Amino acid sequence: MISAFFVVLFAFLAGMDGILDQFQFHQPLVAATLIGLANGHLTEGIILGGTLQMLALGWMNIGAAVAPDAALASTVSAYLVTGPAQVSVDTGMAIAIPLAVAGQVLTIGVRTITVALAHIVDKQAEKGNLRSIEAIHWTALALQGLRIAIPVIVVMAVGAGPVNTALNAIPDVITKGLAVAGGFIVVVGYAMVINMMATAELWPFFFLGFALSAVSELNLIAMGMIGLVLALIYLQLSPRFNGGSGNGGGSNGSNGDPIDAILDNY
Amino acid sequence: MSENEKVEVHLRKSDLVNTWWRSTFLQASWNYERMQNVGWAFSLIPGIRRLYKSKEDRAAAMKRHLEFFNTHPYVASPILGVELAMEEQRANGAPINDEAMNGVKVGMMGPLAGVGDPIFWGTMRPVLGAFAAGMAQGGSVMGPIIFFVVWNLIRMLFLWYTQQLGYKEGTNITQDLGGGAMQKITTGASILGMFIMGVLVPRWTTMNFPVVMSKVKVQDGAAADIPALAKSINGGDVSASQIAKVVTQIQDEQSLTAYKVTTLQDTLDDLLPGLAPLLLMFIVLWLLRKRVSAITIIFGLFIVGILAYAFGIMA
Repeated sequence: MISAFFVVLFAFLAGMDGILDQFQFHQPLVAATLIGLANGHLTEGIILGGTLQMLALGWMNIGAAVAPDAALASTVSAYLVTGPAQVSVDTGMAIAIPLAVAGQVLTIGVRTITVALAHIVDKQAEKGNLRSIEAIHWTALALQGLRIAIPVIVVMAVGAGPVNTALNAIPDVITKGLAVAGGFIVVVGYAMVINMMATAELWPFFFLGFALSAVSELNLIAMGMIGLVLALIYLQLSPRFNGGSGNGGGSNGSNGDPIDAILDNY
Repeated sequence: MSENEKVEVHLRKSDLVNTWWRSTFLQASWNYERMQNVGWAFSLIPGIRRLYKSKEDRAAAMKRHLEFFNTHPYVASPILGVELAMEEQRANGAPINDEAMNGVKVGMMGPLAGVGDPIFWGTMRPVLGAFAAGMAQGGSVMGPIIFFVVWNLIRMLFLWYTQQLGYKEGTNITQDLGGGAMQKITTGASILGMFIMGVLVPRWTTMNFPVVMSKVKVQDGAAADIPALAKSINGGDVSASQIAKVVTQIQDEQSLTAYKVTTLQDTLDDLLPGLAPLLLMFIVLWLLRKRVSAITIIFGLFIVGILAYAFGIMA
């Protein structure tokens, strides 16, 4: 009962942060870990969270565009993996995708309902009624929380038996195929990030990273250092950022020192 | 009431802290009509309460702040700071009209979103997320903890200091941000982001093509004599020297089987490690540029995965 309460609470938090995008309670890494904790299967939750996080790396709301919803995907999937149903992490990842779409549809629904709330806010603003404006704002936030909490409650009510029966009814070729697809579907997230940032100026850095990735001794921290050093060097040398100053010899000498220092530490 | 009795009203530190906390909920009422407008007004309420006492003044202030607003949720903070400074001057009699306030808001939200999206969504979350997810996949609780703590620390400090910057600089901030510093940070962050993406595409994408390209019988004497060893073990007359001989053969990198099997995957790896993920990434990128939605692509790839598995092309 206590674990059920916390599952619903964490789902509610994930739902609210799905729109706020502040604390990151909706990110798989956090949401799946918390739900795993509530169910007493922390490690499974963490592993699922890490797996789903890779998938969701590039899911971001930019402007008015709504990304696939990480909140519903990670909470329901984490409940099925760490809860009584004890679904495998692979299956959890496969069902996360349709859930991300369902969550996306739900948030679009709530974002439409809030248009009506915004009109009520206009009326209250005319009366100078600041308190009701605040109350309506919180109501909208609660709706976004319920958007995730209610589906989770439904899945809990259905119970492990029917969920497992339904999942077992899926033919083997589909589940195994989904696992195969899960291996490369992360590319979509990377492509979304790249699509947002890529310029002719930045592509060389992508290919440099690609070529270096074959050196398996370089872990991500080392790669981060290299990336940071490249960025610093680029900013120091690019004529775009020190146009005008152009005293080549002098600046080259001073540029050498900090880079040397970083390389020595490394 | 005579002129000299009129007291100037000023915002207090508590009002600024209150706005900082409220700006966390900027997007709570996000709607398709005016997007972040309610959250924007909600964040300014502490200042409005301090500066205006009459219902009419408060109503007018709310009305001007309920116009369309949308930007990256974190970079709204410097704009909030500027608008608080403008409201403060206006409440004390400065001739600032609604149009000026709205102009500053709209003028800042576009360029700042262009900075916030690549830095926070494009670089910081993927890089920090990838690093933490790698730890989490090994079952380490430090993965999610590092992700959560580092992210929120940076976010909260960013929201506070940029709001303070906006409040102190007022409208001067537009020139500050227009200068090289902001562009430098964006470019630097994007370089790091693109570099890490280059690392992650081949490293964390799993594509395995087990299709057999060739199956060649290994030359006599080039394969470790494992069958003979197995026979001896089953017969119960295995000798130490026989085991040592097989171990030496394996150490000399002799083949473990009588046939050398080359799969499509081996061929691809010989050509360039990570080639298949790279090509797939460019196909997806091309589709995204053709305005195909991400979710359509994801479902398409699922179908590809199922078909490829069913026909034994991938495993």
